[in-house]
Amino acid sequence: MANDFDVKYVAHLARLSLSAEEETQFGSQLTNILGYIEKLKQLDVSQIEPTAHAVPLVNVFRKDEVRPSLSNEEALRNAPAKANGLFLVPKIVE
Amino acid sequence: MLNQLTISELTKKLAQREVSARETMQSCLDQIAKVDGKIHAFISHDAADALQQADAADKELTAGVKKPLLGVPIAIKDVIAVKDQPLNCGSKILGKFISPYNATVIEKLKDAGAIIFGRLNMDEFAMGSSTENSAFGVTRNPWDTTRIPGGSSGGSAAAVSADECIASLGTDTGGSIRQPAALCGCVGMKPTYGRVSRYGLVAFASSLDQVGPFTKDVRDSALMLSAISGHDVKDSTSIPHPVPNYAAALNGNVKGLKLGLAKEYMVGGLDPQVSAALQAAVKQYEKLGAEIVEISLPHTEYAVATYYIVATAEASANLARFDGIRYCDRVPGNDPIELYSKTRGHGFGPEVKRRIILGTYVLSSGYYDAYYLRAQKVRTLIRRDFLNAFEKVDAILTPTSPTAAFKIGEKTGDPLQMYLSDIFTISCNLAGICGISFQGGFTENPKLPIGLQLLGKPFGEETMLKLAHAYEQSTAWHKEKPTI
Repeated sequence: MANDFDVKYVAHLARLSLSAEEETQFGSQLTNILGYIEKLKQLDVSQIEPTAHAVPLVNVFRKDEVRPSLSNEEALRNAPAKANGLFLVPKIVE
Repeated sequence: MLNQLTISELTKKLAQREVSARETMQSCLDQIAKVDGKIHAFISHDAADALQQADAADKELTAGVKKPLLGVPIAIKDVIAVKDQPLNCGSKILGKFISPYNATVIEKLKDAGAIIFGRLNMDEFAMGSSTENSAFGVTRNPWDTTRIPGGSSGGSAAAVSADECIASLGTDTGGSIRQPAALCGCVGMKPTYGRVSRYGLVAFASSLDQVGPFTKDVRDSALMLSAISGHDVKDSTSIPHPVPNYAAALNGNVKGLKLGLAKEYMVGGLDPQVSAALQAAVKQYEKLGAEIVEISLPHTEYAVATYYIVATAEASANLARFDGIRYCDRVPGNDPIELYSKTRGHGFGPEVKRRIILGTYVLSSGYYDAYYLRAQKVRTLIRRDFLNAFEKVDAILTPTSPTAAFKIGEKTGDPLQMYLSDIFTISCNLAGICGISFQGGFTENPKLPIGLQLLGKPFGEETMLKLAHAYEQSTAWHKEKPTI
């Protein structure tokens, strides 16, 4: 499983552009790490429930009411591009 | 020198108006000016703002106002939001980001009267064990500036042990508070998952992250924990348990408490001097009246592999938000996907990229069950190991790190070796329990701090602190200072 590791494909899924040098380096380092991770296959976990959170809390609700939040100006404070009180993004639909 | 005081020493002197908050703050600023060129614990700090806060604290002190941390200078890891201050997470991707709000832990420290100052260096997005992965340069160990301070909260540990602040905040996802505390010779605690609000902490791995204090002794750790703990409506994973006065538990009486030694932790690669420090602590605890019990944590050897699946999977999802739309230094592209990819490729450093790729891979179609789901199941087994052990013992004693601080550059070429150095700290986060690292001695030639770790039951911080405090007070390690 570890030897078919396709850095280019996974980097595309992660929306992460890599240099050719990074692709080669990460490919061999991650193959090494995945090889180590294979040891989890030694365990029989067929009867074990997964743990997503160590302290399970379920259905944490709050009242559906308006509360103070960031102002428009504060929310846009760190925007790389903005106009008319909105985030400016590249054209999405043709 | 005021900057060398502990919180409990300083607050007494401040309350009696023997010293002022301004003098204290100034003495920390003087120490930064003197040593931070060598240590580089701070990415930045705003001296004028810090002195202004100190003056405000002095006014309250003069008026007789009583708050637990009134006038105490506390520095903050660069991953926790402080309103109107820079927030970079040790990365260049956030550019000139300024926090629009305070993290809950900051609100709580301010309510307790603390002076909040400085941005402390760290591994980028808290990913690392050496603070070598920062876009702002390497932090150096105050005991030996050719060595790493540990990580990811290396700046937080180095600043406390170099007396550049009285205490600091860090974060711990797999040991990022405890390991640097051990390597720099101070006290660092990871509270139980859910004890402290994560609101305003930039998420790395949401099911593992906790904020915790770095201090000069165990009593200060207890004082800080009481100040920052508690339920927060803004963090749905914070637990609504009452917050005890943790310092009140530190009565030195550990008679009859049961301390576990895990046979699986006596591993190869453990430095003989670290092993000797652990054995000496066992003898000391027996002298103090604690009972030593051998325990087993059978799934220990799977912890590092489990961690690097769970943590990277969560990180790959959490770091998706750094896409150049609402914040970040944007790199333009012909379409949105190109913009995201270029922004992220340009802004993230190598370790962050490596982990995003690993995390994306273990969550990707066809591999989810084999890696992520399996790791979550092994996580259940690891948590069970601890809960079983805690039926027999009150806390577990371990080394914090298998070796003292290593040299800068020593492990950067081999990420797996770097990951394996977290072996004693990682399980604590997977199991959601609490842990503390405190001083357990020094190596010889060179003289470097050795950290001991206690792991406590979920919400068992009082007993854990009591045990750490009793050992600390029966030794003099915590009084030693580095020569910088």
